[in-house]
Formats: sequence, structure tokens, C-alpha cells
Amino acid sequence: MSVLFVAVPVALAFAASAVLAFLWASRGGQLDDLDTPPLRMLHDDPPPRAPGPGVPLANARDPR
Amino acid sequence: MLHVEHLEPGSTPPPAPARVCAQPTACTHCGQPVPPASRDPAGGASFCCSGCRIVYGMLREHALDGYYSYRDREPGNAPPALATGRDYSEFDDPRFLDLYAGSRGDHRTLELLLEGVHCAACVWLVEKLPELVPGVTSCRLDYARRTALVSFRAGAPGPGAGAASGATTTQASAIARTLDRLGYPPHPHREGARAAIARREERDLLTRLGVAGASAGNSMLFALALYSGGFADMDAEQTRYFRLLSALVALPAVTWSAAIFYRGALGALRARRPHMDLPLSLGIVLGVLWGTFNLLRGAGEVYFDSLSTLVFVLLAARLVQVRQQARAELAAGSAHALTPHAARQLDAAGAVTVVPAESIPHGARVEVLAGDTFPVDGEVIVGASQADTSWLSGESEPQRIEVGSEVFAGTTNLMSRVVVSAERSGAETRAARLWREVERAAQRRAPIATVAERASAYFLIGVLLLAVIAFLAWLPAGAGRAIEVAVALLVVTCPCGLALATPLTVSAALGQAARAGLLIKGGAFIEALSKPALIVFDKTGTLTEGRLSLVRWVGDTSLGPQIKALEQASSHPLARALVRALSHVPAGTATQVEQHLGIGVRGIVDGRRVTVGAVASATAPLPEWADTALRGIERDGQSPVVVCVDGVLRAVLAVGDPIRPDAARVLARLRQSGNRLVLLSGDRTAVVEHVVRQLARQSGVRELFETAGGELGPEAKLAFVEAARARGERVFMVGDGVNDAAALAAASVGVAVHGGAEASLQAAGVFATRPGVEPLLELLRGSRRALGVIHMNLALSLAYNVAAASLCLAGAITPLWAAVIMPLSSLTVVSHSYRRRMFGVEK
Repeated sequence: MSVLFVAVPVALAFAASAVLAFLWASRGGQLDDLDTPPLRMLHDDPPPRAPGPGVPLANARDPR
Repeated sequence: MLHVEHLEPGSTPPPAPARVCAQPTACTHCGQPVPPASRDPAGGASFCCSGCRIVYGMLREHALDGYYSYRDREPGNAPPALATGRDYSEFDDPRFLDLYAGSRGDHRTLELLLEGVHCAACVWLVEKLPELVPGVTSCRLDYARRTALVSFRAGAPGPGAGAASGATTTQASAIARTLDRLGYPPHPHREGARAAIARREERDLLTRLGVAGASAGNSMLFALALYSGGFADMDAEQTRYFRLLSALVALPAVTWSAAIFYRGALGALRARRPHMDLPLSLGIVLGVLWGTFNLLRGAGEVYFDSLSTLVFVLLAARLVQVRQQARAELAAGSAHALTPHAARQLDAAGAVTVVPAESIPHGARVEVLAGDTFPVDGEVIVGASQADTSWLSGESEPQRIEVGSEVFAGTTNLMSRVVVSAERSGAETRAARLWREVERAAQRRAPIATVAERASAYFLIGVLLLAVIAFLAWLPAGAGRAIEVAVALLVVTCPCGLALATPLTVSAALGQAARAGLLIKGGAFIEALSKPALIVFDKTGTLTEGRLSLVRWVGDTSLGPQIKALEQASSHPLARALVRALSHVPAGTATQVEQHLGIGVRGIVDGRRVTVGAVASATAPLPEWADTALRGIERDGQSPVVVCVDGVLRAVLAVGDPIRPDAARVLARLRQSGNRLVLLSGDRTAVVEHVVRQLARQSGVRELFETAGGELGPEAKLAFVEAARARGERVFMVGDGVNDAAALAAASVGVAVHGGAEASLQAAGVFATRPGVEPLLELLRGSRRALGVIHMNLALSLAYNVAAASLCLAGAITPLWAAVIMPLSSLTVVSHSYRRRMFGVEK
């Protein structure tokens, strides 16, 4: 069981590095905005295509 | 022929001709109905106006029409805001850029507040800005705050024009114009000092939470080993090792993370006010001290796992509440700016430069076009017009301004171009001074002690008493045993119901209220709103629509086409109100139209000579029916319009600010539930009296208002509210204008109604995003329900604590029991808070 005296500090070192990574991220403002990223990840970009022609001007009727 | 018709508020005037209308086609861009003439017969893209067509074309051209598929994924999305079409040239002024856009090399970063951001598709489109405007290097949108951070290479537009590297550059105004055309009118944005502090605090809280989480999790692992080691055989050396480790790991949580509670507790002690942090801190500190003592002597319980978990859970609850509250603040703060950012300054030669409004010096000449907002306080030196001062003074009718008249920043020029000699700009304007008054009133406001804070005082006293009793009861068994039981009691009886359940209930309530269109800026307001109070109403824009409409039509009602034909050409506010009311009537053909300032419009319509205008435009003597009608209009404080055909008076119309259709019903309901009502208005007394009479008639309650007063300025409203509060009354203020802002801030709860000025939104504790006063009922009902849930949670947690305390007194409590009971009680109150519907319930 004496392996515990080595294994536990190693595990704690892992935990400490995770805490440091968290501190770095939150101090840098990465966790300030929790609303936009979940929306942003839904935007799968379509494969690039040639720009469309817009709307033909002949069809342009202004109601005013 | 004589026909008298009284128009009820909110009804549509003269019967509209039946419209032959098939299923309306929705505009491909904005989703509004498309007039039949501009529908695409082939069933392709159709547009309601040329603006939407241009944006659609622009998106197609850049292969960005994926916007539409993202938008259509979420049904019920609101249409995009309308483009303003401004040219934003003040954005290129060096003074503007230095104020709002930080620079690094030739890169500048501009933060813009965007109107009209409402769905995932908006995020997508706005972040495609680099593809739409060459020279923009990145654009990130913060969806919750509605702000976009745009980085761009500053310089003249076009490739390589400004930068030495030959890279494409662009101007801030080009960026603003593009966003505007897409339907997101931008406003320059600087994070205010208050917002910056709030953001730092939130970040700090999150960091502490993360550290406490790591501490609690790891400490619990060791505790688990110790508990199971208690059943199996664990040698003494390992037990000591694990106890030491659990203490070390928990140390950051109970010292650094929990420092927030210690600070709160010290503050509460100094202010001699009960606060939840007090019993919490006491429990944590005593637990830590006793745990350390036991650790050193190598016997008894160490509580570090329970303590660090407690800190973690409490911080989590606090963060959830802070975020929810910050969101309500943000949504209210992102309304339009009080005064415009740009001003058109004239130089000696009369040439116009668009400059930031704050930089206008005293005595400078500023041009203000019709429809624009005055950027400075000053005196009119050229031109005559009418100004809408409703948000500043509460007067519902436009004020005449001419050479020598004083005008104020933030009011609107309605009719024609005027030139103003600037007297005060920026922080010196009346609007800015009023705003400072609002902030002072908000600071003076006495804080509301919440039920949780009051309960925590009793809780603290109760637990301390119990601990003393436990100590005395166990003294015969030995002093060491007695101390152990007393400390176990202090640690186990955690005020979870107060410290955890209340913030979570409040944040759940704030979230539900926000979805129901009510933004509440804090839990204390919910509690105040749950009891009857003295409710003070503003008139213009709150109980009334806040804009001029046709309210009465006496005489020949078939004259619609003739009136519309003449008034279409006029930009007079009364004319605009008439044209709006006659939108369903076809216009006649008018020739030889002449406008006379102060009299009206005259012309030949369908071969007959028609005049529409003030009473002076009709030839005296007036027939008796017209005299009666005019007297009534005068009494009610409305504006009369007379219509003559071939010199004969045919109809008398009244234009006024109609009462909101839901006002009378809501007020009657408020009276029923025990509130007292007061009406304070800046408008003329005659108008106020008329509104009071109308509301009494519609609601069927004779004495609807306890007091109703007119011609009251912002200072008088503030004084009334402060006096009532000084008498110890609970005062709710409901209003919309800047003239209400100080009173909103001073009231126990200020409620800003939809469409209000920014100042009132920021000053108020609650902001309704739905129009009308109906949301007020929902607000009071929901608050009552939320307080019920809070009371229920307090009772639940009291029951748990009584159970835990009795076990403790019986000496049966072990850390294992404590570890089971505490999360169980927390879980019950948390799920209870989140599952109950408080706001947004059908009646």
C-alpha cells in the first residue's frame, strides 16, 4: 500500500494542473460569454460555392 | 347627414373598404406581408420593400444566403430590425475613433452595440462581416450582451490605400453602414465603470467556484477512503496520511474561495445588519478550527470534505444568481442612447461637418434636420419647427419652437430644419444632469432587507442557543465529548435553505420572468413586489399610447379621402396622426395644395375646395354642433382639427394621446388586490383630468386614483415618491420617460414600461419588454408565487435542520450521516425551486 504515498501526490499534481488551466481560461475571459458559443457551433459552413447572381433587376419592383 | 361618432381608444377609425386580399405572402427577408403588386408570380423570392431586396441581393452576392436557413430553423423568430439608412460619417472622425476604437498599429478594435440581434442566425451573419466588408479582420458577437467586437485595418477604403503592407483597409463608417443595412443598427459602446466592475466580480466568483470545485472533489475522494477504511481495517499511518491530505486539499476552498462569505460576514457585522453570510461563515470557520484541532490531536472527526463541498455549492448558487441578474441589467442597458452621438456642425461658410456630439463647443452652430434628435442644449437661431419633448417633460403634444426658443438635447425636431446655437453639450446637457440625479436617487434608496436575511438572523441565534444547550447537556459525559457534539451541531445545521435555496429560487424566478417579457434586476424586488403598495403611474406613454392618434370624429365621416389627400403632403404631427388613422381609406386627388403655418392645408380635391386645419381656418360663426364638439375637445385637452368643404364646416376631428386599451382593466384589478393608485403627469392638468375621467368610466371604479396631478416635473415626482417612502410606505413607480427616471430609481420598485427611454430602463428595477401595463399584473402575481416558493423552501430546510439537530443532540451524528443529510436537504430545496412555475403561467 506504500504505493499510495507516490500515486496520490501524482494524482493531485494532475488535479492542480487542471485547476491552473481553468484559472488561465477564466482570467483570460474565455468563460465570460456562455451564450454565443453554443449557437456558433451549430453553424456548419456549407461547401464553398460560386457567389449567386443576386436577384435579377428585371424582377425588381418597388411597391413604393 | 349629421353623424356623430365617438371613437373608442384603440379602435380603427372610419370603416375600411373590404380589401380583396388572397393569402398574404411573407417577405423573404423580413417576413412581413408583401403587397400584391410586388409579389413574384412564379412563387420565388418576394420582398415587402426595396430595403429588404437590397439586403437579400447583398447576401446572395457574397454567398451568405445560408442566413435564411439558419433563421427558419427556429420558428417564431422576430423579423430583423429596420435599417435606419444613416451614413454614420461621425464614425470616421478622429475624436470619435480615439474615444471608442482602441488601436494597435494600423489595426483598430471597435465595440458596437447592435440593435435587432435576436437569434442564432444573427450570430452567424454578423460574424461573416469580414466577408462583406474587405478590411475587417475579425468580428465576434456576444449574443447575450448584443455587442460585436470588430477588428479592422483603418484607412481609406480599398486595397492597399492606407497601409504600408498593401493590405485592404476600411473605414469605421463603412462597417457601421453595412451592419445598419443588414438590420443591425450599431451604436458606439464603451463598457461603463459599473459594467466593468460587475464583469470583474463575476469572473472572480467563477474562479473561486472552480477552485472550490476541485478542492471539494478531491477532498471527497480522501473522505471516501476514510469512511470505507472505517469499515475495513486501515492502518493508523494511512489514516493519518489521508486525514492530512483531505485537509490540505480542502484548504484553498475554505480559505480563498470562502473569503467572499467572510468578507460579507464582516461587512454585515460592521453594518449591524443580519446577512446570510454570517451563519455560513461561523459554521465554516468553527468547522475548520475544530477539524484542524482534531487533525493535530489525531482523534475525532475532520469535516474538510463537507466544508469544501458546502463552499462549492454555495458559490455555484451565487454565481447562477449573479449571471441571471447581470443579464436583466444588460438587456435593459442595451436600449437606445439618450442623446445622439453625432451632430451636424456648421462652419463660418455654412458647410456641414458631422462630428461627435460631446465635442461641440459653446456657441457653435448646429444644424438639426426634420426627424432628427437635438444633440445639444441650445437656442434656435434659424428656422421654426415643432419639437417632441414628451420624454423630457411628459407633455403629449408637440411644442412650437422658433427663433429664440430653448431646445434640449434628446428631444426630437419634428417639422423642418433649424439651426441651433449650442449652449451645453455632453455631460452638461439637461438630459445628462437629469441622469446624474437618477444615479444619486438610486444610491439614496434604502436597501430592502429580504426574508432570507431576516430569517438568517433568527437561524443564527437559534443554532447558537442549541449549541450551548448541547454543550451543557453533554457536559456530564466529559468536556471533550461536549465540545464535539456542539461543533457537530454547528456544522451539520447548515442554513442551506437560506443560502442555497433562496438564490436558486430567485434566479429561477428571474429566468422565468425574463422569458415572460419581464426583466427583473434582483431578488429583493421580487419580495417587495409580492405585497400591496402605493403604485404611482406616469401618464404619457404608460397609461396612454404616448403618440398622437385620431380619437374623435364629429360630423361627416365620409370625408376621409379628401382629408387624406391634403394631409399626405404635410409633415405636421397632427397631419401625420390623421394620415395614420386613414391608412385604409383611398386618397383623393388634390391640386393647388397650399400650406399655411399655424392655420392648415388648403387645396382642390376632386373639384371641391377643401381646407383642413386649426379652428381659425373655418369662417365664423360656427354652427352649434361644432361649437359643442370644440368645447368638449377643449375640455379634454385634445387638439381640434376642422374640415371645411366649399367654405362650409363639415367635420370636427380631435387628435390626442389615446388611453391604452388594457389600462382600465389592469388598474381596476390592481385596486381589487389592495393597492392604492396615484397618477403623476408632466402633461397639462386638463389632459390629466380627462384621462382620469375616461379611466374611471371604462373601469367602472369611481375613485380609481387616490391622487391625480398634472404639470409635475421630474423633481416633483421624485419628491412625491421620496416623501411617501419617508412615511414608510412601499412605493412602486411605473413610468417610461426620462422625467420619471429619478422617481423610478427612488421608489421601492421602479417599473419601466416597454418603449421607455434608456434612462428609465437603467433606473428601474424592473423593465417590461411587452407593451402596455398588462405585464404589471403578471409581475405582481409571479412575485407572490415566487415568495411562496421561498417560504416553502425555508420551511423544508427548517425541518431538515430540526431533524439533524435532534440527531446531533442525541449524539448519534457521525460525519457519514452529515454527508448524507446535507446533500439530501439541498437536493430537495433545489429541485423544488426549479420545478415550480412562478412567472408566465396562464391565468
